[in-house]
Amino acid sequence: MRSKRTLPWVFFVGIFLTLGLATACGSSSDTLTIYSGRSESLVDPIIKQFGDATGIKVKVKYANTPQLAATLQEEGSKTPADVFFAQDPGGLGAVEDMLQAIPQEILDQVPNWARSPEGKWVGISGRARVIVYNTDNLTEEDLPDDIRDFTDPKWKGRIGWPPSNASFQTMVTAMRSLWGEEKTRQWLDGVKANKPKEFPKNTPIVAAVASGEIDVGFVNHYYLHRFLAEEGEDFAARNYHPTAGGPGSVIMVAGAGILSTSENRGNAEKFLDFMLSPVAQQYFASQTFEYPLVEGVTVSQLLTPLSEINQPSISMKELADLEGTQKLLRDVGIIP
Amino acid sequence: MTTAETQGARFSTATIEAAIRGRKPRPPAILWVPALFVAAAMALPLVYLLIRSLGAGAEFWDLLFRIRTLQILLRSALLVAAVTAASAAIAVPLAWLTTRTDLPFRRTWAVLTSLPLVIPSYVGAFLVVVALGPRGMLQQGLEGPFGVERLPEIYGFPGAMLTLTLLSYPYVLLPVRAALSRMDPSLEEASRSLGYNTWATFRRVTLPLLRPAIAAGALLVALYTLSDFGAVSLLRYETFTWAIYLQYDSTFDRTLAAGLSLVLVFFAVGILLAEYQTRGKARYHRSSSGAARPLERLRLGRWRWPALAFCTTIVILALALPMSILGYWVARGVSAGESIPNLWSATANSLSVSGLAVGASLVAALPVAILAVRFPGRITSLLERTSYIGFALPGIAVALALVFFGVRFATPVYQTTGLLIFAYVVLFLPAGVGALRTSLLQISPRVEEAARSLGRSPLGVLYTITLPLLSSGLLAGGALVFLLTMKELPATLILAPIGFKSLATSIWSASSEAFFAQAAAQALVLILVSSIPMAFLLLRERRLAQ
Repeated sequence: MRSKRTLPWVFFVGIFLTLGLATACGSSSDTLTIYSGRSESLVDPIIKQFGDATGIKVKVKYANTPQLAATLQEEGSKTPADVFFAQDPGGLGAVEDMLQAIPQEILDQVPNWARSPEGKWVGISGRARVIVYNTDNLTEEDLPDDIRDFTDPKWKGRIGWPPSNASFQTMVTAMRSLWGEEKTRQWLDGVKANKPKEFPKNTPIVAAVASGEIDVGFVNHYYLHRFLAEEGEDFAARNYHPTAGGPGSVIMVAGAGILSTSENRGNAEKFLDFMLSPVAQQYFASQTFEYPLVEGVTVSQLLTPLSEINQPSISMKELADLEGTQKLLRDVGIIP
Repeated sequence: MTTAETQGARFSTATIEAAIRGRKPRPPAILWVPALFVAAAMALPLVYLLIRSLGAGAEFWDLLFRIRTLQILLRSALLVAAVTAASAAIAVPLAWLTTRTDLPFRRTWAVLTSLPLVIPSYVGAFLVVVALGPRGMLQQGLEGPFGVERLPEIYGFPGAMLTLTLLSYPYVLLPVRAALSRMDPSLEEASRSLGYNTWATFRRVTLPLLRPAIAAGALLVALYTLSDFGAVSLLRYETFTWAIYLQYDSTFDRTLAAGLSLVLVFFAVGILLAEYQTRGKARYHRSSSGAARPLERLRLGRWRWPALAFCTTIVILALALPMSILGYWVARGVSAGESIPNLWSATANSLSVSGLAVGASLVAALPVAILAVRFPGRITSLLERTSYIGFALPGIAVALALVFFGVRFATPVYQTTGLLIFAYVVLFLPAGVGALRTSLLQISPRVEEAARSLGRSPLGVLYTITLPLLSSGLLAGGALVFLLTMKELPATLILAPIGFKSLATSIWSASSEAFFAQAAAQALVLILVSSIPMAFLLLRERRLAQ
């Protein structure tokens, strides 16, 4: 029988490979370690470009934003991360006490609303809240000017929303800030009475809108453009920005901060600077269909220009606090 | 002699003396020392959750009350019971058909029916929605010719049960196949010579002999279902794990999430106790002298056709349909100009960490399984049960536990392949323990005793007698760990060396941003690449059985 010899063999090869890989991962001085809550498929090309341009050896850990925030909290001062690149202000807010102040000349490249007032993190790209609608059953004229009007009973059974999704909760935070607690609660109750279908995240909502399972969904704008790239122009869904503005048209940012324990502070600052450079901002505008935050970069033709979106005046700081929103969503019985 | 004594192997003259004096034999240090290390490792997630949830006070009880804990625990229990029963109902006939009958293309079916285990549950669930959901592929296909406008609702319990059953019945299939292939045919022959027909023999002899294997697999299905998030969230069936992920993913509150995870552990302990009650003191190895002969295969005759139809249905639903949809997405995306990235390094990474995880898990599982079978008692059972904790917890909780300990006490290996493999062992050890334990039950301790009495050392007996006889269990356990590691996501994302990409992480990355063509191509590669070692393992099983 041969198996008596295979087992120890597997074991020793295992130890050997482990040790080999462990030593291969040793660090050198000109490096930068990024924890990215933004997806690899979206940001890997531009991060590679940063590495090529500067000669800095960049290492990236990709996972989702909340789980990376939890990892950072567990690691505390021993974290190997230099930069946290997060999907939303909520993720950055959760670890804000672990971040250090960013130099003013970097912060000043983006508008005031798109950065932390304490200068702990800076917005890198913008994403718009939109209403995605099925083009077979609806035209823009059928949609209300204000997201407020989806409490109308005619929308019964036709809405999809992702109550546990961070971006959705950020929009509700915007509602609380712009409308006040009571009106937000009324809106949530009203939409809930219309029996919306619940989804765990944005992608399946866009798919369900296009298939006609639902007529409208509350999502971020860029998922639609991914579907259009995969399925072509026939894809039966489009985005709509409520013309009356308000929380239904809020622009949120994905941003980044530097860990206070970072030993590569200089490289980390170079990275943020690069992400706000015209090259990187143009990349976000044309490749990931996001909104650039720096002046003078043109938006993709497929997107509604920022100037045409009736963007409410609200700062990211106001949007970073999700706790009150979650309490409200629980009280209304939308999340457990 | 008491039952406990008849079951215990005597590893030394001292233990024989102990037995003669009426005391229980004591296991040698070479077994219990490594087993203790393994148990300590397995307890790490539990210790972490206790430390983390210490900070939770009134807020936690408030949350437990608010999320209608009892109600969603009952929903979890219902899903667990249904998926476990359905998995056993699919897997036992499949295992029997592919080991004990002259079913055409037996080994091909054996490989194909074990592969659905490698499909990540969030991928499986998304495919179910696309195929069977409202306005999904099936409905659109039926609308033209038949005017069908609505299909039965897939969301909620039916969809979650269907998806999880189709993805997890192989947990039962693999151990039961291993048990069937090593079963002593003389008992079944005796049954038939006493006038029982095939069905009665199966029900009265084979099925009771398979009980440990079915229970071991069912336990894995139950705990996997309990800890699944991907399928239940996409199919909108609120379970307890769903509530835990909600805490981790949207509230940034580890304390409350840890408290909820502890509640889940209590629930899992209930399942473990229930399974323990079914064990009893029966013996599953041959008790007389003589050597087992190769098994004779039953001729199916006319029954071959329904048997083939059954296998075909399962393979179509659980494998062919998902693969066709994935293939369609790749074709559609490529023709629309999407590019498919190079997958070589992700594939190589997946294969190498999965291979290492198999080796490490089996080495860790062996002492635990031997102790549990050869030295049954409270402490050894507790050791064995501890190994199941990681499997019942959401992967993110185990990953954060190892971040907590790794960064403090194992800094040099933190975020290296070493710690990642360790995490896989903590997560998937029960798959190995269950398969090895089942196989060990079929080996008579007399054979080991004979080798000892002829002068072999305990380690010598292990290498020359036990391991070769255990090979079918090693293969089944290895296969389970392999497939589980290939698709593992949360621990890989958090604990892997920085920059490490596996097929599972690539699929997740592409699918979370709706890069369907890329995600589908990667999922197809995951299934195809996994089938190669599975085919190899099953071929080897055939050689060993002869």
